[in-house]
Amino acid sequence: MIDFGYNINADRQIDYDRNDRRLARYILEHEPTFRICISCGTCTATCSAGNFTYLNLREMIVLIKRGEAKNIKSDIEKCMLCGKCQLACPRGVNTRNIILTINRAIERLDF
Amino acid sequence: MNIEGKRVIWKEYQKEIADDHYFYVRSCVRQSFFPGSETTFLRILRDELGKDVYENPFHTTCTGIAYHGDILPFETTMTVIARQFALMTEAGYENYIPSCITSFGLYSEVLDTWHHFPEIEKKVRDFLKKATGKEFEKPKNLAHASDIIFKFRKEITSKAKFKLVNRFTGDPIKVVEHIGCHYSKMFPSKGVGGAEYPYVLAGLIEEWGGDVIDYPERRHCCGFGFRQYLIRANRGYSIACSRKKFESMQPYKPDAILTNCPGCPYFLDRWQYAISEMEGKTYGVDGQGIPVLTYEELAGMVLGYDPWDIGLQIHQVPVEPLLDKIGIPYDSQKKFQGKNGENLGQPATAHSLTFYQG
Repeated sequence: MIDFGYNINADRQIDYDRNDRRLARYILEHEPTFRICISCGTCTATCSAGNFTYLNLREMIVLIKRGEAKNIKSDIEKCMLCGKCQLACPRGVNTRNIILTINRAIERLDF
Repeated sequence: MNIEGKRVIWKEYQKEIADDHYFYVRSCVRQSFFPGSETTFLRILRDELGKDVYENPFHTTCTGIAYHGDILPFETTMTVIARQFALMTEAGYENYIPSCITSFGLYSEVLDTWHHFPEIEKKVRDFLKKATGKEFEKPKNLAHASDIIFKFRKEITSKAKFKLVNRFTGDPIKVVEHIGCHYSKMFPSKGVGGAEYPYVLAGLIEEWGGDVIDYPERRHCCGFGFRQYLIRANRGYSIACSRKKFESMQPYKPDAILTNCPGCPYFLDRWQYAISEMEGKTYGVDGQGIPVLTYEELAGMVLGYDPWDIGLQIHQVPVEPLLDKIGIPYDSQKKFQGKNGENLGQPATAHSLTFYQG
């Protein structure tokens, strides 16, 4: 391989046909309120763990829906399951169950 | 390709293209990228169609690369373009034909600016008068060189020696067309067929017997785009654009890519080599790449010109597979022979892109 002094930039297009959306489908099946999340970020703003680590539930939900949640396993480990996000959510999304469902999905879908 | 709706759009976007007496201006970069193309254009117009074409050796760049690279202000560009128009006026011509799509877009932009802001035109006329003592008339007709080939496509067909048909299968040659962004994306009414589905190259392919292949990223930029290419560190963005197009067109197995811009054939051709050397990935059949042609080269091919006279040996991706499919004869021994038999030297073989053995 030749080094020309530059690389080929990664494509930033969100390709729903190619991306792996198994995780999103699994969560929707087991926690229907996943569908009504509007990604407002209230959960992330109130997150205690997020104050000390890079835990961003809003980002995780967006990436899962796109099928681009490549680092989901290491991200989800930072959650303490305190449930503050669920109390703050203006849409009534069962965020705690979403986290638990993601954990189950990671085991079952081999993420 | 489903063309029912496109035909309606094409009918709406028709432009006036002059019949004869052209003031032709070459592109600054095409002469080194694909030097046979412009010569072939002149040969077709003068020898085949008997048209009057004038070239002025004092013509310069339109400043397009520097302007779009944010190096030159618009006032400088307008004054340089005013000087080109002055050369046309001095030569007694009114129909301006740029070889370059960037120039065509820039001339359209300048003329439109002057149309809406006559005070700017007056200012530029003053600049030109002070700098060079020249005065000018605006062109009565501005058309890109590909518009001219499009206009005379049927005349070329009547003189054609080859059709775009695969002689082994009898099927039409499958061609994807790529229109330069500045042809009609900025001023849709200035291009044949508008911005969404320009007809200027599709019309050539259809007329000469080929099949136009539609694909999802058909209107995506080739990746030239000036700023992302001029600085080496930014070229990853440029090559990513080309790769996106290759990935998108590859499933349709095109026999060739047809272009009408200086940058597009260069990047779509050379980046196939660069991608193969960087990632080992090749496109086309048997890793040979997808041949990329300019509209003049394609016209020259159907007219039966010697492939080496129209400059096909300058391509990075070998064009011989396409020549073999159509049945155009060529002498492999003469591929790298210059004028008067001078040996130009054979380029080194690429690592991943397959060297074509006819």
